[in-house]
Amino acid sequence: METLQTILREPIITTVLLALIPLVFLLIYALVTLYGEMKMAAHIQNRLAYMENGWHGTLQPIADMLKLLQKEDIIPTAADKFLFILAPYLVFMGTYASFAVVPFSSVFIGSNIDLGIFYLVAASSLVVVGLLMSGWASNNKWSLFGALRSAAQIVSYEIPGVLAILGVVMVLGTMNMQTMTQLQDGGIHNWLILGGNFPLGQKLALLPFMFLLFVIYLLSSMAEVNRTPFDLPEAESELVQGYNTEYSGMKFAIFYLAEYANLFLVSAVVVVMFFGGWTSPFGEFMSGPVWGSFWFVLKGMFFVFLNIWLRWTLPRLRVDQLMYVSWKVLTPFALFCIIAIGYIMVM
Amino acid sequence: MSETIEKIKTSTGHVLRTEEMVVNMGPQHPSTHGVLRLEVVLDGEIVVDVIPHLGYLHRCFEKHCEHMTSYQQVIPYVDRMDYVAAMTNEMAYVVAAEKLLKIEVPERVHYIRIIMSELQRIASHLIAIGTFGIDMGAFTPFLYYFRDREKILELFEMTCGARLLYNYIWIGGLSHDIPPQFVEKTKEFCTDFKKTLQEVNDLLNYNEIFIKRTANVGILPKDLAINYACSGPMLRGSGVNWDLRRDDPYTLYNKFEWDVIVGKGEMGTVGDVWDRNIVRQREMWESLRIIEQAIANIPEGDVQKAIPKRIRPVAGDAYGRIEGPRGELGFYIVAEESVTPYRIKARAPAFVNLSVINEISKGAMLADLVAIIGSIDIVLGEVDR
Repeated sequence: METLQTILREPIITTVLLALIPLVFLLIYALVTLYGEMKMAAHIQNRLAYMENGWHGTLQPIADMLKLLQKEDIIPTAADKFLFILAPYLVFMGTYASFAVVPFSSVFIGSNIDLGIFYLVAASSLVVVGLLMSGWASNNKWSLFGALRSAAQIVSYEIPGVLAILGVVMVLGTMNMQTMTQLQDGGIHNWLILGGNFPLGQKLALLPFMFLLFVIYLLSSMAEVNRTPFDLPEAESELVQGYNTEYSGMKFAIFYLAEYANLFLVSAVVVVMFFGGWTSPFGEFMSGPVWGSFWFVLKGMFFVFLNIWLRWTLPRLRVDQLMYVSWKVLTPFALFCIIAIGYIMVM
Repeated sequence: MSETIEKIKTSTGHVLRTEEMVVNMGPQHPSTHGVLRLEVVLDGEIVVDVIPHLGYLHRCFEKHCEHMTSYQQVIPYVDRMDYVAAMTNEMAYVVAAEKLLKIEVPERVHYIRIIMSELQRIASHLIAIGTFGIDMGAFTPFLYYFRDREKILELFEMTCGARLLYNYIWIGGLSHDIPPQFVEKTKEFCTDFKKTLQEVNDLLNYNEIFIKRTANVGILPKDLAINYACSGPMLRGSGVNWDLRRDDPYTLYNKFEWDVIVGKGEMGTVGDVWDRNIVRQREMWESLRIIEQAIANIPEGDVQKAIPKRIRPVAGDAYGRIEGPRGELGFYIVAEESVTPYRIKARAPAFVNLSVINEISKGAMLADLVAIIGSIDIVLGEVDR
């Protein structure tokens, strides 16, 4: 940030530029992931997917985007016009605002605030409001169904998710995402999934609980981004397309972008909390600001891949089963982990 | 209906009322397998009532059949009834017509007909289970099954040139004899296909989430299934041991060794969605057994020898029925002294099976309703005709 400031000398331009970097990253990432998802899905299913545009269809995401740009932007007559237009932007805003505290590398973080992860949880909850808004404003019963389901689902799954985050915060003693990463620096053995940078006894005691918290957070993050097996809000076989049934053209694209952005966001949180963020797995080797962002994106993309992989393999849960998993399985386990971690950290 | 509306009194004495919502599921909906329209009354996510509305694909087939110039010309029409299992439709009509006309066909024709209708049964079940997987949110098994269905369609194409609507089984014979490489290719298919069946069992049918979604859902008790005249996997899923191939044998089914698959309620209650699905899955194994036995000893002969030059039956009627992929498929033909039938009535299994949907989906959740529709395995072309 300081470097940028010295070059540009104008604080406003610096801030705007700084804010645009994640956006540029997101747009490129969304295109790559769109292509990647289609290709992976195809290879899981014995198909070829895009093959026509460019080498192995690499230009297809761009063509898709251009198509969406040209599409007629339909707003249903009976829709609540203001909310209908606002909703997709609100959904994207919630996700994009959260990227402010994601440490992409040791020198790049949008805003290095001490309440980092707390802010992230708060900002990403805005998404629910947007989804509800879109479902309500569409004036479509299926959309409303999808919106209500997604509200219930995201709110329920935020609880085990936040409890898992709380466990990690208790171990590391900070909510600042940059500090969280720095505390895990020094190689793969210092990552929290392997017990973190602690004396051996404590490390071994933490290990099972960290793994449990990781699984809990991973599952609840999948539910928060509406991915299979938790993709009920947009379960196409039941609810047509869920909350975004009535959306077309660029508004639909923004929903899509928000979904992919959200996918990377939760993966980024997993990476920062358990897999050492931008730190190199080999200690000093291949570390530094540029390698840092490489490692960060690589680790993040791994979890994006995991999500895609599961999506094309598993069937979908039912609403009551979804709630059961959240309230009767994940939440008690998360609470148990927190108590255990409390004991371990005090001892 | 009204008793489900809850009345809650608040502390101030006001009555809070939850209201039911009526949604139209279909005709344009991704999981109604065509143009079925269900009027669903929902209390939250709970289904209170389901009213099926039919007729969006009604094409007057039965009436059309009265205006042909020959009995043979009816066959392309019955093809288009159940368009994912055209071979068995032809089979059913031909069985009825041959009963009416008292035609004996050579043994080779019987063998080829059995092979074709068992292949068709497999192809139809592949679609049924594949789309059922999509209804449950699992997309991948669908494409695995479609890949293998493609192989069956290639066999059909090799034999009669068509991939979907064959006009292959004729009254008194077949339109073509099987090509020389058919036997070899069918054997190849039988070996390859077993691998896919096992694969999809692992991926879908015994998947923990899938079992959670389908076990104890949409339970169709034995007596209800009989009272509603359900047939096919729907009936056998409810534990009724009834299969027309064994109990009212047509052509030469009694020559082969195979078992009738019955739902046992392994994962939940007898007659739930999982049972109906697994009956289809296991029936494919049995169909493979029949095909392997039949293909190994097809007798020689002329498949067109018994085709009558001119069909003009004496006045009378006949009902012929077969075990189609969806259940008892029957054709009732009333003949007068003419080259065209006076009346043809089709007993469409999907239509009869669909009628039970109201009974078994009350109290289920919306997602279960989708599972129930998927497990009934309807083809709207047959329901509406």
